Amino acid sequence: MPIVPYILISIIKSALVLFFLLTAVAYTVWLERKVVGRMQNRWGPTRVGPFGLLQPAADGVKFLFKEDLTPPHVYKPLYIAAPLIAVIFALTSIAVIPFGGIVSLGGYDIPLGITDVNIGLLLVLGVTSMGVYGIALAGWASNNKYSLLGGLRASAQMISYELSLGLSLVGVLILAGSFSLRDIVEAQRGSYLGFIPHWNIFPQFIAFFIYLTSAYAETNRIPFDLPEAETELVAGYHTEYSAMKFAMFFMAEYANMITVGSLATLLFFGGWLGPVFGPPILQALLPVLWFLIKVVAFLFVYIWVRGTLPRFRYDQLMWFGWKFLIPLAIANLMVTALIIAWKS
Amino acid sequence: MLSVHLILFLLFGAVCVAGAINLLLQRHPINSALSLIVVMAALAGEYLLLGAEFVAAVQVIVYAGAIMVLFVFVIMLLNAGVEERSAGSRVSWLLGIPGLLTGSLLVAWVLLRQSGTFMLKAGEQPGAPKDIGQLLFHQFLLPFEVTSILILIAVLGAVALATKPEKTAEGAD
Repeated sequence: MPIVPYILISIIKSALVLFFLLTAVAYTVWLERKVVGRMQNRWGPTRVGPFGLLQPAADGVKFLFKEDLTPPHVYKPLYIAAPLIAVIFALTSIAVIPFGGIVSLGGYDIPLGITDVNIGLLLVLGVTSMGVYGIALAGWASNNKYSLLGGLRASAQMISYELSLGLSLVGVLILAGSFSLRDIVEAQRGSYLGFIPHWNIFPQFIAFFIYLTSAYAETNRIPFDLPEAETELVAGYHTEYSAMKFAMFFMAEYANMITVGSLATLLFFGGWLGPVFGPPILQALLPVLWFLIKVVAFLFVYIWVRGTLPRFRYDQLMWFGWKFLIPLAIANLMVTALIIAWKS
Repeated sequence: MLSVHLILFLLFGAVCVAGAINLLLQRHPINSALSLIVVMAALAGEYLLLGAEFVAAVQVIVYAGAIMVLFVFVIMLLNAGVEERSAGSRVSWLLGIPGLLTGSLLVAWVLLRQSGTFMLKAGEQPGAPKDIGQLLFHQFLLPFEVTSILILIAVLGAVALATKPEKTAEGAD
């Protein structure tokens, strides 16, 4: 593709995906409040707009107008930079996530997704690793013992569960033979026995369980949300933050949830693969719809677990990550590798 | 020969050197640690420009994303304070600046003598994960396994040093 249309199309794709991601973040908050509310036998937001659908807009306006207080004894440069770091890295990994097949528009073949790097999965893992800094620096810069403890706990938890996250994905990589996310989805085409889809969840269900658990720990969600638990640490690393900076941490957490959910659908549930029929415009949009449905289902499970389980104690959390998940992930990896080597 | 490649190389190199100089000049250790993270990220960019994509990704994941987190941990936990600035000793100024100049002139002379003799095109050596995996597990299997045992020894040493000694039955004096 010549360079000028390429740049234009990339800019349009980036703007659309970013806009969509930010809207999705806001409405994931709405979904969470509604679902957790219903699980707790109450309504959740209902007053602002039908079904409370305008609640995120109201929250956004509230955050903008809230008093942005900077406590006097914080370490100012990092205090201001930490939420920015968290948000930047949370929003970056969406760049390599493909959400549809290849669409033919105006004579150009446009793959749906901002870009497709041949080390896409490693890039997502790298960006997740860098996201630890936002939390660690926020905890430290707040100059507050609860924040420091929360930040340290969060960082230790995140780097511990990164290991099992990565190891659980190696089984999928062996099956697909490539780090590129688009190739991994394409390797899941077809079906077993004619009706069971050829998704990676079926051979790799243990890896999926490990991935799911590690993802909850990576995004600091219940049952692993000790770093920001209200009853334990006031509010952990974001105690001293108010208004827009707090909203940025919030946004980063939900953007991470969406990224992790997208990765789970791409790696284990066949991404955008699903029944496609009809005229070309429908054939281009249906895969995106399947992708969205799967991601929303994953987010629903996230929120469901949040509303149901109690949280881990910190030593239980670390034990679980190091002594249970990592050996299980390595065992899964070895069994997968042995089976693939024996087959070929 | 001003290609995009050269511009990006110079850009990443400048960021790397700026980060390294900033690391030395900052007074608070946390700022130095953050500058080191910038240096690691710039190096990852340089690796990418050479076509070593796997190494670049692993540099970010391992070095910038895990090792530097531990550095930052230590700085946060030990509450290392702001460095005191002193004028520096006279000897260090008298020997340091000529030494630095001589060193850099030597390095520049060696590099310029060698330039144009042996060139490696970016992307010539294997950089894709598949190729690196093949190399690691076929030709370089022994160094790979020995390195992992080396790291294991380091971890064992750290655990042995950090474990609290067992209390004797008699208790303290």
